[in-house]
Amino acid sequence: MNLNRKDVIALQDMSAEEINLCLDTADSMRDVLKRPVPKVPALQGKRVVTLFYEPSTRTRTSFEAAAKALSADVVNITTSASSIVKGETLKDTIYNLKAIGMDALIMRHPMGGAPNWAARVFTGSVLNAGDGMHEHPSQGLLDLLTIRQHKGRIDGMKVAIIGDIRHSRVARSDAWGMTKLGAEVRFVGPPTLMPVEVEKMGVKVTPDLREGIDGVDVVYTLRIQLERQQGGLFPSIREYAELFGMNSERMKWAADDALLMHPGPINRGIELSSELADSPRSVILDQVTNGVAVRMALLFLLLTGPDHALPEPEVN
Amino acid sequence: MKTLIRGGRVIDPANGIDDVLDVLLESGEVAALAKSIGAPDAEVIDASGQVVAPGFVDLHVHLRTPGQEHKETIATGTRAAVAGGFTTICCMPNTDPPIHDRSVAELVLSQARAAGFAKVIPLAAVSPSLKHETLTEMADLKAAGCAAVSDDGKAIQSSSFLRRILEYASMLDLPVVLHCEDYGLSEGGAMNEGYQSTVLGLKGMPREAEEVGIMRAILLAKCTGAHVHFCHVSTAYGVEMIRRAKAEGVRVTAEATPHHFSLTDEDVGRQNYDTNTKMVPPLRTADDVAALVEGLKEGTIDGIATDHAPHATEDKEVEYDQAAFGIVGLETALGVTLKYLVEPGHVSLSDAVAMLTCRPAAALKLSAGTLTPESAADVVVFNPTQKWTVDPGKFHSRGRNTPYARCKLLGVVSHTLVDGRTVHTHPAT
Repeated sequence: MNLNRKDVIALQDMSAEEINLCLDTADSMRDVLKRPVPKVPALQGKRVVTLFYEPSTRTRTSFEAAAKALSADVVNITTSASSIVKGETLKDTIYNLKAIGMDALIMRHPMGGAPNWAARVFTGSVLNAGDGMHEHPSQGLLDLLTIRQHKGRIDGMKVAIIGDIRHSRVARSDAWGMTKLGAEVRFVGPPTLMPVEVEKMGVKVTPDLREGIDGVDVVYTLRIQLERQQGGLFPSIREYAELFGMNSERMKWAADDALLMHPGPINRGIELSSELADSPRSVILDQVTNGVAVRMALLFLLLTGPDHALPEPEVN
Repeated sequence: MKTLIRGGRVIDPANGIDDVLDVLLESGEVAALAKSIGAPDAEVIDASGQVVAPGFVDLHVHLRTPGQEHKETIATGTRAAVAGGFTTICCMPNTDPPIHDRSVAELVLSQARAAGFAKVIPLAAVSPSLKHETLTEMADLKAAGCAAVSDDGKAIQSSSFLRRILEYASMLDLPVVLHCEDYGLSEGGAMNEGYQSTVLGLKGMPREAEEVGIMRAILLAKCTGAHVHFCHVSTAYGVEMIRRAKAEGVRVTAEATPHHFSLTDEDVGRQNYDTNTKMVPPLRTADDVAALVEGLKEGTIDGIATDHAPHATEDKEVEYDQAAFGIVGLETALGVTLKYLVEPGHVSLSDAVAMLTCRPAAALKLSAGTLTPESAADVVVFNPTQKWTVDPGKFHSRGRNTPYARCKLLGVVSHTLVDGRTVHTHPAT
């Protein structure tokens, strides 16, 4: 079975069946990664390029490791060492990668919708590795995989996502993926860090941490960007930690066996206490391991599937 | 020279005419409207089955000249205008240099005369170099032919400066045409703030950014007695504030664009981040569209204006956040109006013609938009039921930036006449 699509850009437009297929495939990939030699020839001869317009350690390394575990050839482009610093537009970069002939483009970009645009002109598959405040679908999938691994299911789970929801593509992808698979999602944070009308996504919204995490199966904390304080979105790290920081004491408000998750990198002592981050409740490093498995699954499903025609060409 | 437009449905809302009539044009003027005019020496345009109306009036066009001729020239912009049925257009002053003194206004006017398509009426900048520190020579600009002053392109932020402009312009009886936007609220935004911006992960421009500006301008129009004309009103509460101000007798008029009464912020996602859905004010919601339609019907919104804003391809083929604001509108305005206002039954064809002719003309006191005998022979002939598919490659404008590409619209202009001269005919007719 394959994903019947050219690109993976957003969990919003993926069905529950497609998401489950990705998770099931990722389970198999996790088994591959446990082998003494964690490498299979599934994507031999396929060419994968990573194009990152934002700094990233975890996601780029994870995608590269995933592609290499499937024996694909990987080229990495970072904006600081490419024609982009010479002022090349996204359009020209994508056209050139298309001309070079790549099978998959893994792209991170600070602006929402950039991979949507790339996917319209790039012949191969586009994998969104995070675009602005829009989506980060592979993170959403690895979070689902981690919950399923530990809880056995997604359906009926209660998940509280805490922090800067407004600027978070992770929160959006998680909310789409989790609600599609039947979980209850709550967004917790101050109104200044909450996007408008977000409850229409089918999530509950509250600024009250205790109410938000009451009885949940998963406590998911987001990284707070310190520059948001300069923007006047919260008064101080001290007050933020006081109102929204998670620690072992507050973890008791959640269900007894609740998981603690975080997309990384962690600000220890701000959104998350060191003690809680390193506690048995924390599955943060499982998320990282699952990230490789999920990205292997995505590359495998997209690159071994039937060839897809490009959508209708642009008139202009 | 005589032209006889024979057998069309003549709609001249200024005179309450909607009847099958002949129209005789002579020496650049409307000579007569009557049943069966005999004029053996006249050139005849057979308009049977078509509508004959005053040439359309657009209060809001960016001709980009001087300074950005790669986006539009006065020749291409006025050619696009007549292709869309417009015979009189007001051009915005945010050029480079801006229309901030008589010399630039005269340059625009002389190029428009040389082009010989639509008539151009410049709107003057409120301040030299759009700096919003000192006033332009408004009396001289008025004498040069400017119909109003405007801050479109760079909204006035200082309330005290706005007050000075209104006071000074009121002395000259010059309308002040305002683009209302509080940049503090809208800064960095790329689309309407709401559920759609949340889901698409784009920074929003809240409706309040526009509404704060409208409210402020109403208060200052009231205290100065000046005439304020609101550009491209896009929100339901904006319409409501203007409705109340008019009821109170404050001197305000307003326009709405075809894109704001036909599209919503859902089109940004539906069209997969197509940067041709990006403009200021942004596409709003279905409730706002309904309020604009109601405002147009009842007259709170005086007329339809396009905010025709051509851009080069490279200004639009970039990330959504980085794309230039604005779309072209001259060649799709009639089609969108007929498809979204008339076909669904919101307004009659006659009312739609009024919104494109005498109503906007009256808002800025332009002598245009009517077929009254002895007025200029500016006439459009169009088939109101003919469907056509928008192909930006065929635009006369240099701008190809339209969200209506491949859309089926309604209403084809077959002839446009300016001062009795045929300046546009549809290739098929």
